[in-house]
Amino acid sequence: MSDITKQSLTELVENIKNKKLSSTDVTKAFIDRSEKSEELNAYITNDFTSAIDKAKKFDQKPNLDLKLPGIPMAVKDLFCTKNIKTTAGSKILNNFVPTYESTVTENIWNEGAILLGKLNCDEFAMGSSNETSFFGNVQNPIDKNLVPGGSSGGSASAVAGQLTPITIGTDTGGSIRQPASFTGIVGLKPTYGSCSRYGIVAFASSLDQAGPMAQNVKDCALLHEVISSYDPKDSTSIDFKRNHFSKELTNNIKGKKIGIPKEYRVDGMPKEIEDLWQKGIQYIKDCGAETIDISLPNTSYALPTYYIVAPAEASSNLARYDGVKYGFRAKGENLIDMYEKTRSEGFGAEVQRRIMIGTYVLSSGYYDAYYLKAQKVRKLIKNDFDDVYKKVDAILTPSTPSSAFKIGEKTNDPVSMYLNDIFTVPVNLAGLPAISIPAGHDSNGYPLGLQIIGKAFDEQNILNIAYAMEEKINFKNKITDWWIK
Amino acid sequence: MSKKNSEYLINRKDNQYEVVIGLEVHAQVLSESKLFSTSSTKFGAEPNTQVSLVDAAFPGMLPVINEFCVKQAIKTGIGLNAKINKRSVFDRKNYFYADLPQGYQISQFKDPIVGEGKVILDMPNGQKEVGIERLHLEQDAGKSIHDLDPQNTFVDLNRSGVALMEIVSKPDLRSPDEVNTYVKKLRSIMRYLGTCDGNMQEGSLRADVNVSVRPKGSKEFGTRCEIKNVNSIKFMQMAIEYEANRQVDLIEEGKTIDQETRLFDTKKNETRSMRSKEDAHDYRYFPDPDLLPLEVSEKFIEDLKNEIPELPDDKKKRFIEEFKLSPYEANILVSDIDTAKYFEEVVTKMGKNKDIKLAVNWIIGELFAVLNSKDLEISQSPVSARNFAILINLIKNGTISGKIAKTVFELMIDGDKDPQKIVEEKGLKQQSDPKALEVLIDKIIDDNREKAIEYKQGKEKLFGFFVGQAMKASGGKANPQLINEILKKKL
Repeated sequence: MSDITKQSLTELVENIKNKKLSSTDVTKAFIDRSEKSEELNAYITNDFTSAIDKAKKFDQKPNLDLKLPGIPMAVKDLFCTKNIKTTAGSKILNNFVPTYESTVTENIWNEGAILLGKLNCDEFAMGSSNETSFFGNVQNPIDKNLVPGGSSGGSASAVAGQLTPITIGTDTGGSIRQPASFTGIVGLKPTYGSCSRYGIVAFASSLDQAGPMAQNVKDCALLHEVISSYDPKDSTSIDFKRNHFSKELTNNIKGKKIGIPKEYRVDGMPKEIEDLWQKGIQYIKDCGAETIDISLPNTSYALPTYYIVAPAEASSNLARYDGVKYGFRAKGENLIDMYEKTRSEGFGAEVQRRIMIGTYVLSSGYYDAYYLKAQKVRKLIKNDFDDVYKKVDAILTPSTPSSAFKIGEKTNDPVSMYLNDIFTVPVNLAGLPAISIPAGHDSNGYPLGLQIIGKAFDEQNILNIAYAMEEKINFKNKITDWWIK
Repeated sequence: MSKKNSEYLINRKDNQYEVVIGLEVHAQVLSESKLFSTSSTKFGAEPNTQVSLVDAAFPGMLPVINEFCVKQAIKTGIGLNAKINKRSVFDRKNYFYADLPQGYQISQFKDPIVGEGKVILDMPNGQKEVGIERLHLEQDAGKSIHDLDPQNTFVDLNRSGVALMEIVSKPDLRSPDEVNTYVKKLRSIMRYLGTCDGNMQEGSLRADVNVSVRPKGSKEFGTRCEIKNVNSIKFMQMAIEYEANRQVDLIEEGKTIDQETRLFDTKKNETRSMRSKEDAHDYRYFPDPDLLPLEVSEKFIEDLKNEIPELPDDKKKRFIEEFKLSPYEANILVSDIDTAKYFEEVVTKMGKNKDIKLAVNWIIGELFAVLNSKDLEISQSPVSARNFAILINLIKNGTISGKIAKTVFELMIDGDKDPQKIVEEKGLKQQSDPKALEVLIDKIIDDNREKAIEYKQGKEKLFGFFVGQAMKASGGKANPQLINEILKKKL
């Protein structure tokens, strides 16, 4: 059975379609491994019992025309799932059971997939190491006491540790790509407006975007094909023609022009990251594509801009968690007292920090200097990309400025923690798609990722480039199953 | 206080003060569903039965603009002769309250959907123009109910998310009377447009009233106070009167006025401080990232312009020209769309040989009296426009006298009966046969020989006596004009 969990999504789909495997076989295998993997703390809530029921039901009358026929999968606990507790990694939603389903997960179930459970994440997706979760740290399957990255840390850990064949995360400033890079898997952050935000617990509405996480590029393309849809229930969803990403996937990228932005060569970046990047450039060339040195001059302003825009929106988005309607409520002397106690007991430190930053930058007298200025810079950052996309088809950068760090290493230094997102954040500010693929290892054997940034709505192109590079890189994740006794 | 030259001034010793008023009217958009959700807006439902997941701000729920409400706001803007902004932006107004589930109200701050416009008021001493600063769309909050339980506050979210238009006037109003006329005019325009039912009892129309005072002749504005959420015109007028006098008293005592938000206590008839400028909320407005800027095309606006019905000002002009009504009469008939509709239907139903003046007198007189006494709107009139028109025609063509018509009208009220039938059934037709009347009058003169002689000798007052006797003898049905003629001849 252990064999099953090593298979890619594409292989599992094929084996189910060929009737070599049943959905029940596959579901049981992943549940079995998940149960042995409690030490990873990847799950917040599991739904194993009903998953098996659903798998059996699927096998009785299998619809093999579906894209994810009887495939079990766990999802980040930021997606609202009908009748299944949805916490966003927070105490304040510890008892919250939605009566509705997010559009993205709905799309997944409609294609035949089966929910295994809800995966751990940083509280309200605010974090880069999964250490802000109310439900505790997540272990990186790569090594003990190593963070899996964040905020989709549980998702990354679960895919890398083979507790789920694929998963979905959300990416507001790097929350899919950074953990994908830290755990040696593939993660795609789609164009803003590609996947519906309906039913996803909001962090920063103008940046949030759901995306697939998988063992390889092809699996990622298939899952993206399933989750990307126009949704009238999300006013920022965009109605454009969506590709059959997995079918149209090709490793032929000959003649493509790939930009190498000089501003991503930051001070103090470890040499192994620079080396990885150079290796990536070589792979690109080996695939018959061309690399061009480019400049994205406003890159250095991206992180401060992000840390104004995202907290501003978050401070308002999280106002609804007030103890009045649902979720955790602390007892108070009066309404104000109840608010204060509920929110100071219900939210963790990082969330409170960001609410305070956001409240500050929006307050009268500071709005122009911070929020408005940040919006202007955001426009400049987007213009940078628009300019270079006149010359290149995509951009290649490292995914992160370092490999995964130890649990607790950066918890007392928020700025150093925020710096983790330095390469991923500009993409969210510009609303572009980007994919992180595993491309090598550092001296500890920890995985390192490369990021390919595309033009808006051009996911097919970056998936193709990633697919071509993946073949050349031939990355092997070093999973020792250290956590399984 | 005096009203010299119809100016509203507040007098203290030798000083006269002018009152400056600006209104922020909150008008509920007439719409089946809410501004950003599909739940119903119907009034009077059981608490919390018209609440969607969006209205209750569940995690991950997103607002989707209701296009109909946008159309309603633009139509209202057109009715206010205002600039329609092709691009407007929804902002979040952030504050915590138990009946505000999102923790913010979606409103429009910097870029409203409608810009500057104007409204013409008909005042006794002539017309007055009141500037409109802007109109924007926003969500209503829910309702906190404090008096059902000694310990707890209950929250009803039925109103949460209902679309409101906030119509902000320029500080152009100068008296409670002008405020009365202004609010009625806004209400009238919106009812014509079908964009707001204007029902103040159900809270469809409320206003924040900004009041300041300044010495007569001064060009500068005084410090203003905002009286929040006043829900009837009468209370607006009372609040202004109280507040203006309070401010004048402060100035007279050498004190200064604090800019603040006040509440009007309807029981004590006074305004009270709610919060000072220092305690004012910092609403942290910023564009709602869940909603894209609202963009409408020229064509979208043009199409709506074509849907705009004849509005009160134009209707009034037409009534004066077409029906030769006095401005006073026209004003009364156009001020409410249903009255205007009724009147125009009566005019149509009266056919060719019509007496419009007579119809107007009867509407303003008899019909309004009946509606008043029964506390009915004209749309609920017990007498249909059709039967009303027949009645007027019966008077006009001499079938019944005005006096008999009143009797007939009384009978019509019960079940909207056809006046023609009433006249026939009750034999109320006017006697206009000169021969029959001559016989009747001969008998009266015969019976009252002495009085006839006195009359001939010069006691002219007795003519009325004979008329009265003749009418009495005919059971009131005799044509009074004929009676007069015959009597004059015979006596």
